[in-house]
Amino acid sequence: MIYTVPLGLLLGVMLAISTHRRLKGIKIFQTIFSSTVASSVAVASVVFITLVNPEIGYFKNVPWLSLRDPNSALFAVSLSSVWQNLGLTFIVVLASLQTVPDELIEAATLDGYGAIRRFWRITVPLISPALLFLGIVLVVNALQAFAQIEILTGGGPGGATETLLFKIADPRGIRPLGIRASYSLGLFVLTAVVAGAQYSIMSKRVHYGD
Amino acid sequence: MATELPQPAQSGAPLQQQAPQPTEPMAADSSKIGEAGKAPRSGLRNALGTATTYLVLSALSVIVLFPIYMLLLRALSSPLKYISAGQPLYPVFIEWDVFNRAFGQASLGRSMGLSFVVTFTIVIAQLLTSVLAAYAFAFLEFPLKKLAFVLVIGTLLLPIEVTLIANVEIIRKLQLLNSVQGLTFPFLATAVGIFLIRQGFLGIPRDLRDASELDGYGHMRFLFRVAMPMSKAIIGSFVVIAFLGAWNQYVWPRFATDRGAWQTVQVALRTIGSENPGELNLGFAAAIVASLPLLVLLIFFQRQIVRGLTAGAVKG
Repeated sequence: MIYTVPLGLLLGVMLAISTHRRLKGIKIFQTIFSSTVASSVAVASVVFITLVNPEIGYFKNVPWLSLRDPNSALFAVSLSSVWQNLGLTFIVVLASLQTVPDELIEAATLDGYGAIRRFWRITVPLISPALLFLGIVLVVNALQAFAQIEILTGGGPGGATETLLFKIADPRGIRPLGIRASYSLGLFVLTAVVAGAQYSIMSKRVHYGD
Repeated sequence: MATELPQPAQSGAPLQQQAPQPTEPMAADSSKIGEAGKAPRSGLRNALGTATTYLVLSALSVIVLFPIYMLLLRALSSPLKYISAGQPLYPVFIEWDVFNRAFGQASLGRSMGLSFVVTFTIVIAQLLTSVLAAYAFAFLEFPLKKLAFVLVIGTLLLPIEVTLIANVEIIRKLQLLNSVQGLTFPFLATAVGIFLIRQGFLGIPRDLRDASELDGYGHMRFLFRVAMPMSKAIIGSFVVIAFLGAWNQYVWPRFATDRGAWQTVQVALRTIGSENPGELNLGFAAAIVASLPLLVLLIFFQRQIVRGLTAGAVKG
């Protein structure tokens, strides 16, 4: 599920940057791109049944999205998470972009900075807290992926899409309690590391009210 | 129309309009990727750039919306006839009664109702506990306050996913499987709410607290008449994201119930329509219905959602 994080971030940043401008009707596009925030993991999984289900999915014959192939199944499931999280990623990145002062960009332009240099030297550092926050949220979500697995693949094929939480929750009841408990401990350690990082960011950079 | 004239891409810098741009090759590129605050260009190029932008944005919209379109399409089409028609991109043999049947035979109404009860219970309880705890942490002095706060924040390290097995066992022993109590107990208080609302309260000047004390305000009156109204932006955001989180829950309600009648709508989505290939569209229709409350939330409380989701991400 670690696929989802870089891909989701990249897409979210791309969408946010392309709508962060003054243009007629831009609000419509912003609404469209944030719309997936209204979908839960379960809804997104049902949505992706229509796309990647091996029997009835629209893309059932696309090899790199096949849920039957252990090599592509995880990627196909990850896409549902990318899509579901796109609204969140987009909203957070756009809100962060809006805090970047125009004057700074203009000053850099006058100094002869090109578009790419402006992006990497000014925009990225200024929105980095948002990117870090999203990175953490998405990593935690990926670690705790369950519904999309149960609904789309049931862990298959051949256990290729069994995540840590899927093994812990064990919906088919095939693992002894002790094993599941030790997986829980593993998940705790992983979550703790990530959540610890999240707290230190939150306490430094929390944004409230306006 | 006023917008027929070529507009600088960024209206903040009209003076540069005629100036030659040293970064011209990159600027051309940027019209595709999109870049805030790019240098304004001459009329024709600008119009072309705007057209390209619209084109790219529309293409991206199609990609983002395509899964939603497919869901609508599959919900309305008769499942078997749709497949025998070769899975086209338009609806086949539309069954408008699919929503009625989802509520009827799939008892979608019951799981939606249960979801509402569970969600409202969780949101109200979280609001109550968070406001009171936040008040104590922000305005009161008591022994071991620091330690208590660390412990509260420490619960962030123990999400329901980590404690799932143990908590299901507890609920089972308490005989609360398949009950509203069982579905809501682990979520009646949340460190996120306490933390966020405390941050809001900390922004209230101490003088105000002292002044209202002189006016004879007790803790409760100060909390409800002064502190909460002054923090209503952050409290509103918290309520909206708490609703979002509670409504979307899957893992806990999945394992705190073992009878179909006690499935919240998110959990019910897994099974609705899946027994019979001819009724697959019931599941797709149910997914649409399950998203409607959040859609309404998104339309009416967009600001709160954005503020709630970005808390912690954007420096103020």
